[in-house]
Amino acid sequence: MEAGAATAGGARPPAVELRGISKSFGPVQANREVDLAVAAGSIHGIVGENGAGKSTLMNILYGFYQPDAGRILVDGRERRIRSPLDAIRAGIGMVHQHFMLVEPFTVLENLLLGAEGGFTLEAGIARARREIEAIERDYGLEVDLDAVVKDLPVGVQQRVEILKALFRGAHILVLDEPTGVLTPQEADHLFRILRNLRDQGRTVILITHKLREIMAVTDRVSVMRGGRMVAHRRTADTSTEELAELMVGRKVLLRVEKGPARPGDPVLEVTDLEVRDDFGVPRVRDVSFTVRAGEIVGIAGVAGNGQSELLEALAGIRPVARGRVLLGGRPLGDAAEARTRRLGHVPEDRLRMGLVRSFAAWENAILGYQRQSAYTRGGFLRRRRVIASCGDWMERYDVRPRDPFLHAADFSGGNQQKLVLARELEHDPDLLLVGQPTRGVDIGAIEFIHRQLVAMRDAGKAILLVSVELEEVMSLADRILVMFDGRIMGEMAGAEGEERRLGLLMAGVAAEER
Amino acid sequence: MSDLFLQILLLSDSTLRLATPLVLAALAGLFSERSGVVNIALEGKMLGGAFAAAAAAQMTGSALAGLFAAIGFAVFLALVHGFASITNRGDQVVSGMALNIMVAGLGPTLADAWFGQAGRIPVEAEGARFRPITLPFAEEIREVPVIGPIYAELVSGHNILVYLAFLAVPLVAWVLYRSRFGLRLRAVGESPEAVDTAGISVAGMRYRALVVAGVLTGIAGAYLAIAQNASFLRDMTAGKGYLALAALIFGKWRPVPALLACLLFAFADAVQARLQGVEVPLVGTIPTEAIQAIPYLLTILLLAGFVGRAVAPKAIGQPYVKER
Repeated sequence: MEAGAATAGGARPPAVELRGISKSFGPVQANREVDLAVAAGSIHGIVGENGAGKSTLMNILYGFYQPDAGRILVDGRERRIRSPLDAIRAGIGMVHQHFMLVEPFTVLENLLLGAEGGFTLEAGIARARREIEAIERDYGLEVDLDAVVKDLPVGVQQRVEILKALFRGAHILVLDEPTGVLTPQEADHLFRILRNLRDQGRTVILITHKLREIMAVTDRVSVMRGGRMVAHRRTADTSTEELAELMVGRKVLLRVEKGPARPGDPVLEVTDLEVRDDFGVPRVRDVSFTVRAGEIVGIAGVAGNGQSELLEALAGIRPVARGRVLLGGRPLGDAAEARTRRLGHVPEDRLRMGLVRSFAAWENAILGYQRQSAYTRGGFLRRRRVIASCGDWMERYDVRPRDPFLHAADFSGGNQQKLVLARELEHDPDLLLVGQPTRGVDIGAIEFIHRQLVAMRDAGKAILLVSVELEEVMSLADRILVMFDGRIMGEMAGAEGEERRLGLLMAGVAAEER
Repeated sequence: MSDLFLQILLLSDSTLRLATPLVLAALAGLFSERSGVVNIALEGKMLGGAFAAAAAAQMTGSALAGLFAAIGFAVFLALVHGFASITNRGDQVVSGMALNIMVAGLGPTLADAWFGQAGRIPVEAEGARFRPITLPFAEEIREVPVIGPIYAELVSGHNILVYLAFLAVPLVAWVLYRSRFGLRLRAVGESPEAVDTAGISVAGMRYRALVVAGVLTGIAGAYLAIAQNASFLRDMTAGKGYLALAALIFGKWRPVPALLACLLFAFADAVQARLQGVEVPLVGTIPTEAIQAIPYLLTILLLAGFVGRAVAPKAIGQPYVKER
């Protein structure tokens, strides 16, 4: 028995056992005869690419979906879990990737929801305060019960989710991609809480695509690929390389191979920029920086610190409230003009801004460039020509399925992203703005996208990369700017990018204050 | 001086009478909208309630039977609304409007067929109406200065439904903020997925909210047909359902502010009734139509300018579909 389960003592049955779980959504088989055994009192990781079926599997365990076939055993007893209520009764709690919290409610009200303990709230509130304070003490989960949830930082909101599960008596806790929204420090804090839970005999199932986290915190790990469970390992006996290979089904390069940058003339010059959101609140303040030809400048930061607004302003989509933006020495115009001046934009949210979901791939392939004479003659689209070049790009960028007539919505996330990338790169931009290039994209495609970006840079193009994936910024960028609360907190070279310092900057601690 | 005091009392008195259906409908809207279902159908449910109340009361000669018929029919309409917009995830506004249009046509048509009075149902039977109640000691303390007339004229002498409507406000506030049902109701309109993952049925909560709304609109309809008036008339709700919805928004989906908004609208209505035919200095007699427009103009002005940002329940108007 591994170290983590030592506290269990004796032959405790697995906390969770799944046997032969299958589930399909229409033609898509999300889970195929999945078997899984999670030892009681351990932290068990489940890794896999996007679309490998991890979330589906956990949603089945939590009663959100009904499996087409298969059995679920909790603590050695077979259970029929037909709704979240059944799961809660079986002692399973889940922390979803997108928090399931009522934002205008206080923490206490959120905890009470579904566990009120009577028609009036009064008695329940008194009991909840007592019990929750005990849980908080036991697991180091300090939260102000009377704070309103929407005012809390995401890291604390996540603790509310964990508290919620524990308050409802969960001894099996499932976390779905819990660190996506956290700074490295917040993630470390979360891991301490998880270890604490394990040491007190509870079972934790951690779903993630970040292999580093698996290595850092789990006792055992299971790998999913294409809806199947392909391997089970003790964490101590495996490595990130092996896990990556198991996830993708072939060897992968985790490191981006790139030579030193050779920066040339400034392409983008930003001075004292202020950008406001739709409510008139400044989200970018006094930001100044330069991006030169032949370099990748990365913008790191926790989501929601002004990166999105910055990117939109630079792309000409959002008005500049104050300050100056020069593209190739001349002031930036609107989005349409920017396109004619060789500015490429891979937006953060490809489904909202990068693609029209109900358009075919070939139509999406020229969005924003449709006025160019290569695609239009006398007000009519040169259909055949566009379809031919779209097919060409799909081949070169490995967009699957290679069908220019398929609607954008019907491609997987990674293939949608490759389609957007193909469109923007093939129009040969001098400056490429890239937002979250690999969000929701699987490892194989990530590797491809990263190589394309480095090739662009080596061809002498300027690239501004905004990403909340710290590893991505660190491995791609030649220089890193960290944004917090709309300001640039500091700059560092990509190679020296020391994670701890980055994390502090991301949390708003300026270099001088330390 | 005492004449002015009496005028104010009478104006307040008719404000209360006019506010009653608005308050009931606004509370109905509050339940429904807090659960995430836009209730544009308040108008139709209220009209349906008025129709059922008048028909049942006239046939049985019992006001209580009229009230229960009104509640029953309004709840039935609410269930139809729920079946379309919750179970089948149809558009809440479209299905609500469909109900309004259906009831507006169905009521007079059936009334014509059953009572043969051109779409009108007279309520003439003895005991078919809710009568004013004189509260204890109203006559005895009438002579006491200030308090006496207030009690006798303003507080006493309304029918039971008026008292019910105003007592419902604190009750609804208590339910909304202090009960399990209220907590779940507020949650399901903000974040149905949080409610679902907490092991509570989203559809179940929304149906329950719609049924409560049906009960309240039924009472409001009964008030119109067999308490305030003595008949069912074509389009007798005259936009009160929409006015109640406006009051609800103006009150930011909270019971007490919504009550105050209803009182304001009712006050405007009471004033316009008084102003009709009155000579206004310099202007002369204002046309009746212009005066009748006052409450509605007030609605537009308030909603356009003075509300500030009304933050609606976040999930309002959206059918709940599990991700996938």
